[in-house]
Amino acid sequence: MSENSLQDEKVIVFQLNEEEYGVPVQQVGSIERMQHITRVPQTSEFVKGVINLRGVVTPIIDLRTRFNLEEVNYNESTRIIIVYIEDMEVGLIVDEANDVIDIPSEAIEPAPEVVGTIEVEYIRGVAKLEKRLLILLDLPKILSFEEYKELKTVEG
Amino acid sequence: MEMSQYLEVFIEESKEHLQTVNDSLLSLEKNPEDLTIVSEIFRAAHTLKGMSATMGYQDLANLTHKMENVLDAVRNQQIEVDSNILDIVFDAVDDLEAMVTDISAGGSGERNVEVVVGKLKRIEQGEKPADVQQSNDDSLNQDRMMETETESSQSETITDLDEFELTVLQESDERGFTNYQIVVELREDCLLKAARVYMVFEVLEQIGEVIKSKPSVDQLEEENFENTFSILIVSQESSEEIQSRVEKVSEINKVDVTEFSVNQFKEQSQYNEQTSSPDSEVNQTDSENETEATTSSVATMTPPQEKAEEPSKTKQQPSQNKTIRVNIERLDVLMNLFEELVIDRGRLEQISNDLNHTELQETVERMSRISGDLQNIILNMRMVPVEQVFNRFPRMVRQLARDLNKKVNLDISGAETELDRTVIDEIGDPLVHLIRNSLDHGIESPDKRVQHGKPEEGTLSLEAYHSGNHVFIEVSDDGGGINRDKVLEKAISNGVITQEQAKGLSNQQVFDLIMESGFSTADKVSDVSGRGVGLDVVKNTIESLGGTITIDSKLGEGSVFSIQLPLTLSIISVMLVEVQHEKFAIPLSSIIETAIVKKDDIMHAHNKKVIDFRGRVVPLVFLKDVLDVPVELEQGDYYSIVLVRKGDKMAGLVVDSFIGQQEVVLKSLGNYLTNVFAISGATILGDGQVALILDSNALIK
Repeated sequence: MSENSLQDEKVIVFQLNEEEYGVPVQQVGSIERMQHITRVPQTSEFVKGVINLRGVVTPIIDLRTRFNLEEVNYNESTRIIIVYIEDMEVGLIVDEANDVIDIPSEAIEPAPEVVGTIEVEYIRGVAKLEKRLLILLDLPKILSFEEYKELKTVEG
Repeated sequence: MEMSQYLEVFIEESKEHLQTVNDSLLSLEKNPEDLTIVSEIFRAAHTLKGMSATMGYQDLANLTHKMENVLDAVRNQQIEVDSNILDIVFDAVDDLEAMVTDISAGGSGERNVEVVVGKLKRIEQGEKPADVQQSNDDSLNQDRMMETETESSQSETITDLDEFELTVLQESDERGFTNYQIVVELREDCLLKAARVYMVFEVLEQIGEVIKSKPSVDQLEEENFENTFSILIVSQESSEEIQSRVEKVSEINKVDVTEFSVNQFKEQSQYNEQTSSPDSEVNQTDSENETEATTSSVATMTPPQEKAEEPSKTKQQPSQNKTIRVNIERLDVLMNLFEELVIDRGRLEQISNDLNHTELQETVERMSRISGDLQNIILNMRMVPVEQVFNRFPRMVRQLARDLNKKVNLDISGAETELDRTVIDEIGDPLVHLIRNSLDHGIESPDKRVQHGKPEEGTLSLEAYHSGNHVFIEVSDDGGGINRDKVLEKAISNGVITQEQAKGLSNQQVFDLIMESGFSTADKVSDVSGRGVGLDVVKNTIESLGGTITIDSKLGEGSVFSIQLPLTLSIISVMLVEVQHEKFAIPLSSIIETAIVKKDDIMHAHNKKVIDFRGRVVPLVFLKDVLDVPVELEQGDYYSIVLVRKGDKMAGLVVDSFIGQQEVVLKSLGNYLTNVFAISGATILGDGQVALILDSNALIK
């Protein structure tokens, strides 16, 4: 452990469309395998439904849909990351989740701004590690329905 | 003495006694001549006074004592009862209630009661209550003096008694008992001083009644004294007899028994007052801090909500009923555990059906039956009589009626009806609203009533009863009723509905309008109600409890507000249905029946599919369309229909198949998915999957 380990951030790394993302480990409750999801009618498109997480009914969000990525079939490596955001418990469907790493705080940069794209609010920053680029997410923003709608109307 | 274990009992009993006082005062107001009621109040107040003095709540004891004095005067027919006197007594009871609440919340039970005490004192001295109300300031000053008196006197030696103790001593004098002051000196090498004290007390209690000790019993138990202590006792024995008895306790150095004269004490105490040393005051604050510390530690041990438990139940069957008090949180834990068990039970039932193993099936069936019984018991444990909520209404109605200058008789029935604890906690406020509403807008002023040929006194009745899986609470009045035209006029001017819509509305629908937000029909906005925020809040609260509210009214004859509530909130009976490949649960409470209808029997009315159900035209709701269920199955020649109702409206929900009836545990969808259309919650089925519970009310327009 290095001296400045206190400032390091421990994140769970997951894959989505061959890119790597990170969520702070404190916010993650557990990582589950894919299981039966009960659809909830008339909610936002990215809300896939609810699952029975050891007796607790937990809503599930498909991050691919949320980020407007192409939908793929779920397979053996598909995972549900259960995260705690404010007073809510939500599951996020990701392609793969298999790593926990420490990110030194100096490696984190703000999200790059590119002309011609709309600003996505749910990206908190980008962490540059050796050969790897990690996108750090701002979880509460992911849950917001408003931003999603905005995004859809701009692109659609 | 370790007070914490008694504190809870004390609070419970105090509440009971206060309730008795409240109830009796109300009946006294109706029958001012009935002196047995006064005696009843007197008894309750007296017990309360004794208890609070024992527990060291001096303010509480003092105020009760003053109240008692007034009641005593009433009992001896020195004072005549009228509403004004009762107002003041009620004020005193309010203060007492506030003190007890404070104590149960871990406070010290101290409260500034000078004003009320002053008023009581003046009534007692025979002044007219009207004067009493006016000369508030005077009495306040006077009373302040009195307060300081008692304060300084409390800290003094054994020769210091509060009025309550003095009365006891005086009475005993009159009845031929003798008051003794006993000074006991323990040996210097006495090891277990508290034990010796205890033995002395035991001896004394055999031969008389211990009135007071110095230092206090608390301090004695904590060995918080030197070697001597003194006791005041009332006894019929001779002083020699007492002396010899006490001396039998070992490790005692000296016992000194002297007669104690009340008159002498009085003279002396007056003298003491002038010369009271600052020293003694320090003592007093010390002991005060101590009691405060104990009470607050008690409060952390036992949450206050627990103490609010059914004070009235024990009142009715005092001794025979064997009960134990259980913390409500424990019941909640039990309930949660049982919910898990219900889920596993469902799973077991399914497995045993799949395996088709006779022995397993029998065992599972037996287990289901037993857990069914268990469920009933657990649910029943959480049931509390609605009386708890109703109790506070007589006072409220009386006060409101006086404020509004109306004459109202409150009629309560079915107070013993039981409801789930969680519902009880929530239902109070809506009922207060409805009662206020009925009093303010419903019941007319006395002269107006007479004009309309009604008795001067209006009647407000509050009725609770069980029916099926529901509890009904009705608030009805014989007042002016709801004026349909006025409601419509208002609704149109507020833009709630249009002129055209207004014509087609049934009475029921019109009455429902007054529960829309931003609606108030009272011409004048009064303090009591009519700010236009009342009834919609009531409606929301009741619906959030899974209940409904309906209004019935006849112009000039009165209105009835009827609330329907579920017995419990956590386990419900549902009908499981399948829509394509998805399972949904429909609460049995809203289902009338199920039917299978031939495709040809479906009719069309204005482009809507309807069926003829026992002579009624019922619209159909295709769940697969409303719930956007992905269609994978072909529709056959027959429709499976679940007929549901909301009030007197009906609809037929079209599903693909019925699975069956089941008890399920209601779970919420979490904090993220709120307000999902037509879904009131979720449940976990036997196979571990989640099924959504339909809110059929949302599907009927």
